[in-house]
Amino acid sequence: MKLGFLVDLNLCMGCKGCEVACKVENEVPISSWRLRVKYVDVGVFPDTKRTFTPLRCNHCEDAPCERICPVSALHYLDNGIVNIDKDRCIGCAGCIMACPYGAIYMDPETNTADKCTYCAHRVSSGLMPSCVVACPVEANIFGDTEDVTSGISQYIMSHNIKVRKPEKGTFPKHYYVGGGEINLNPLASVRKEGHQLFNNITHLKFIGGHH
Amino acid sequence: MIEHSIPATQAVVTLDVALPGIVWGWIITMNMWAKSIGTGVLFVGFYLLKKYHSDEKIQAIKMPLVMISIIFIHIFLLFTVLDLHQMFRFWHIFFYPHWTSAITVGAWIVTILVGVLFIMAGAKYFNRDSIYDSFFPLAVILAIPVTLYTAGIMAESTARELWQMPTEMVQMTLSATLVGSATLLLIGNNSFSDEAKRDLAIVMGLSAFVAFLLYMGEYIFGSMKAEEVGAVLQAVKEGGAYSSMFWVGQTLAYLVPAFLVFLSVTNKSYGTMPLASVSALAGLWLVKHVWLIIPQLLPMS
Repeated sequence: MKLGFLVDLNLCMGCKGCEVACKVENEVPISSWRLRVKYVDVGVFPDTKRTFTPLRCNHCEDAPCERICPVSALHYLDNGIVNIDKDRCIGCAGCIMACPYGAIYMDPETNTADKCTYCAHRVSSGLMPSCVVACPVEANIFGDTEDVTSGISQYIMSHNIKVRKPEKGTFPKHYYVGGGEINLNPLASVRKEGHQLFNNITHLKFIGGHH
Repeated sequence: MIEHSIPATQAVVTLDVALPGIVWGWIITMNMWAKSIGTGVLFVGFYLLKKYHSDEKIQAIKMPLVMISIIFIHIFLLFTVLDLHQMFRFWHIFFYPHWTSAITVGAWIVTILVGVLFIMAGAKYFNRDSIYDSFFPLAVILAIPVTLYTAGIMAESTARELWQMPTEMVQMTLSATLVGSATLLLIGNNSFSDEAKRDLAIVMGLSAFVAFLLYMGEYIFGSMKAEEVGAVLQAVKEGGAYSSMFWVGQTLAYLVPAFLVFLSVTNKSYGTMPLASVSALAGLWLVKHVWLIIPQLLPMS
């Protein structure tokens, strides 16, 4: 079994329900995110559109975070999930430097690395990840990519899929339908500091407990 | 990227969470800088002691050399541990080692090196030079992976395109020989013969010159091969704090020492070598710091 995740960006409407559900389910502290939805505005008024892209851990088959972790705090589960053992993590931040997707953060409460685990605790009980359950338009599809009859496999077979930064050779197990460069490539859009929609947060001043 | 380069398709991030900022900061710079001195004095000192085996003034540096190495390796280890967000779990590296990680491999080898250095210091203290001499080659061999493992960590940092393994490996080696020779020039300024000073000066000058060439190669050609490298190098090309720090670092670490070494060797006068050495030691910190920080300024998602 190799669990994978697919987001149909044609369906996503940027409601951020998945973000909130993830935060609640995993008790993610303020200022930290396991999953987030990035908004990118494209074009010039009046010909503009807004794109929404949920971003989370890609659970790579060849995960750089797992490779660089000096104490195996980041490890593979049999179902392909890249899991993290926070009790073992020493907080070296090597995984943060290694992840090409910016999916790992330093938990300011535990001072250890943390990230999306595809809700491994729920999956082990036969439940879907909380973000999948919360999505009102079923844009999130989760399942076994080795089972050709699974919903995710059927979806992959009938749509054009993309992954983020395939050139890194990490073989992500997180797929996107309807994604373009703007959605998936951070260099394809400009970040103007202080010009966000609902806030003016730009950079975190401190990372974890190093105050 | 065409998506943000022309008005018709300009793409602007209008909502995202706060970016994490700098994860590895000056503490890691201290780590790399101190490690370069700690291993560099072993490389250059080994050469010096072998070549001038009958020169008493050179042989007198045996104890200072090993003590400098011990002190700077411990500064390096101290800052390594200080940077951990869970520093009291450092022992996990020894009880739950993950051998694909350059961090683990480096931690184990540097631990063995520290043991060897203490044996050498003890041997010298009790005037057992034969033991000192027999352990020195082992210390040099162990110092090689200790010097290079940080390059391994940078190579395993898949997200940071700027840090490429062959280049970083050479840069780490050159850093060690640069500050190793600089440190020995400082401690031997009043006692070493002109011939020994000339040898050390040439090591320092060549290390500085080649390291400068490598950085300039990356600065000029890096963006022609990789978009991410180009985006990262904008941080030093557009002006601002990191641009100033980069050029001040290059000047102090490489240009000043290389120029002073050239003048000294051609004039056979080594009076400016302490200045060149201090310049190299100070400049290397800046160079390492800029190269560590700038890839972290790039958003990953």
